[in-house]
Amino acid sequence: MSYVVRFTRTERALHWVNAAFFLHLAATGLILYVPRLSEAVGRRPLLKNLHFWGGIGWICALALVALLGDTRRLVRTARELEVLRDDRFDVAQKVNAIVQASFVVLFAVSGVLLWLGERDTSFRFASTVLLHDGLMYVALFLFVGHLYLAVLNPATRHALRGMTLGTVEEEWARRRHPEWEAPPGSGGNSATASTNAIRT
Amino acid sequence: MDEPKRYGRGLFLATVAGGLSSLVWGKTVWSGLSSAVPSVPFVPSGWRIYTVAATMPVFDPATWRLEVGGLVEQPLTLDHRALLALPRTEEVRDFHCVTGWSVPNVRWAGVRLADLLDRVRPAASAHAVRFTSAEIPYVDYLTLDQARRSDVLLAYELDGAPLPRPHGAPLRLVMPEMYGYKSVKWVARVDLVRQPEDGYWELRGYDRDAWIQ
Repeated sequence: MSYVVRFTRTERALHWVNAAFFLHLAATGLILYVPRLSEAVGRRPLLKNLHFWGGIGWICALALVALLGDTRRLVRTARELEVLRDDRFDVAQKVNAIVQASFVVLFAVSGVLLWLGERDTSFRFASTVLLHDGLMYVALFLFVGHLYLAVLNPATRHALRGMTLGTVEEEWARRRHPEWEAPPGSGGNSATASTNAIRT
Repeated sequence: MDEPKRYGRGLFLATVAGGLSSLVWGKTVWSGLSSAVPSVPFVPSGWRIYTVAATMPVFDPATWRLEVGGLVEQPLTLDHRALLALPRTEEVRDFHCVTGWSVPNVRWAGVRLADLLDRVRPAASAHAVRFTSAEIPYVDYLTLDQARRSDVLLAYELDGAPLPRPHGAPLRLVMPEMYGYKSVKWVARVDLVRQPEDGYWELRGYDRDAWIQ
């Protein structure tokens, strides 16, 4: 079986760092938001700190991966995502990635405003909390859909391999992403070799 | 080959711009929509529970006491039974949180604060009332004139049921004309003092007089 490279190490690092912080923020955020969880868990000041610093950590970690990793490659990925046509990703995957990326900005801005608003009333807007909550609902919906497609749905779940090991089956790639031309040289052969090395 | 159209960049910028602009229009639109959205179990339907301490105070009817003292001629200690035996009054008012959410038509029942103040007879030097929460270190003040408004309650019922723990069981202040942070939850002490001072949130930048405009 031959494999092609779908995600580089930097792309994968960025994905998993993002996923880890997203889960941390969703968990601490839901405890703060859902009354029954708030009451059961208590420790609101601690959770607010965990949530706030989780958010700061999220932005810093993403920036760190982007700067320490293969920055040029990430810029190329961004350019790829900007063009809404099927290639390495299909259009829906690109829209999901773009919307979640813009949510990082909006979560960060509204979160910092909520934090500042507790300390200085001039940063307080009636709609900040609505924006932060609304983003949460949409982001969780997208996340659940993403999880289903990446882990459960038989036709697409092979993609998880691409995000963990970096490579996907060439035959799957051809079937799911027929317009994707794996760049010559960085494609099939070397990936196959490295995968075989892991296997043996 | 044609230069491909970068619609993705537009989508990114539009989402960011739309989200940021919602800081201006979000509240208006949501007030219009929220009546049409059905309430879902477990998710906040209006109320959000804000606390400042590690745990919410636990209410034990056997040991709970309300102390009313400070600059008064007749200090008073009430246990839970004595509290419920006082004349009961109701207020149906909208609740507004300073962070932007509101709950319409909240039905409070409890003791009119003015009645309680009359009972302890404030000294002439008293011009403010301090409310100390069992949730340490939450504390807040009203001027004596504010505290004597007829719609200010120490409430022990919310919408026909005993005040739930997240709302300050068994007793919270309700100052309907001001934002919620003035309505101290888990009230344990009421003291008459000379002048109002900064309460918990006022030390953190909020206004002492939180009239809802």
